[in-house]
Amino acid sequence: MELISYISLTFIPLLIGFILLYGTFKRVPTYESFVEGGKEGIKIAVSIIPFLVGMLVAISIFRASGALDALMNWIRPLMKTMGVPAEIVPLLIIRPISGTAALGMTSDLIAVNGPDSFIGRLASVLQGSTDTTFYVLTVYFGAVGIKKMGDALKVGLLADVVGIIVSIIIVAFIFGTN
Amino acid sequence: MVNYIWVFMTIVGIIFGLINGTMEAVTKAVFDGAKEAVTLCIGLISVLVFWLGMMRIAEESGLLEKLSKLFRPLVKILFPDVPHKHPALGYILSNMISNMFGLGNAATPLGIKAMEELKKLNGGKNEASRSMVTFLAINTASITIIPTTVIAIRMNYHSASPTEIVVPTIIATILSAIGAVMIDRYFYYRRSRKGR
Repeated sequence: MELISYISLTFIPLLIGFILLYGTFKRVPTYESFVEGGKEGIKIAVSIIPFLVGMLVAISIFRASGALDALMNWIRPLMKTMGVPAEIVPLLIIRPISGTAALGMTSDLIAVNGPDSFIGRLASVLQGSTDTTFYVLTVYFGAVGIKKMGDALKVGLLADVVGIIVSIIIVAFIFGTN
Repeated sequence: MVNYIWVFMTIVGIIFGLINGTMEAVTKAVFDGAKEAVTLCIGLISVLVFWLGMMRIAEESGLLEKLSKLFRPLVKILFPDVPHKHPALGYILSNMISNMFGLGNAATPLGIKAMEELKKLNGGKNEASRSMVTFLAINTASITIIPTTVIAIRMNYHSASPTEIVVPTIIATILSAIGAVMIDRYFYYRRSRKGR
């Protein structure tokens, strides 16, 4: 475990060093290439703005109006009959929509229920096994100007549902439900 | 579908604001949301510039091509539409590897770059191609090996074993990635049956 956290800590600097050395070895004009590639980054960041503004405004209206809370209250009993603790439901709903909000909720759930409780562990695993689908979709497709998303959203959200179900089963199986 | 969800969230939010008397909060949310989006994009500039600069070096030195050679069998199964020497594969793989190590801000620029290459492959259309949908599915199922942030939070709250969730996370994430690919395939075959 120590080794894994050490790897993740040193991974980025070592990767940078490796790319630079390899590039030099292959006689790539490293600095000039870096600058050229970097210029693209600015263009991309600016081109995402309208996509993200549209999406985040809709999400914040939905949340600020109380509609999100209403939706949660509505879904909660349904989830409870499937063995999902009520406390975790808001996290499940917010996870595909907002990464920072989900992280906030996870840390709150861990603080209230304890990191070594069923809810604490489940929240921890969920954080890793699902993703902010709306954000990924908006940023990736927005950056390259894809307007017709096809089945991407459906597939992404269903993938999140699979992640949620699998996480619940695995945490219950490995640690029990206490 | 995005159009509907987008309008749904906005309209339902406004109606709720009317009923609940939260119109003031709704109005504030409009400007807060817009501001947050721009702040996010400006914040992205730094990582985008740095990693796309680095990746340009990796591409020109042939490093990305080497990487895609290494994972060719896997990539061939996942992205049958992409020719095996195409630069998109190098970016897709680098994105997946960054995600595995929980390096979110290195992963995003690579993902965008991969999308760009996939769009070129698709003749520059503004429609999502088969490979793009697959790539997104894998991304949202996000194979994680080290959930660094979560471990940090667990340490913060004095967990007896902050890292005990690593193995369950790896298992959950692998299973959900397999699930995501299967869902993706299902929708693809449904699409092609309809002849679209």
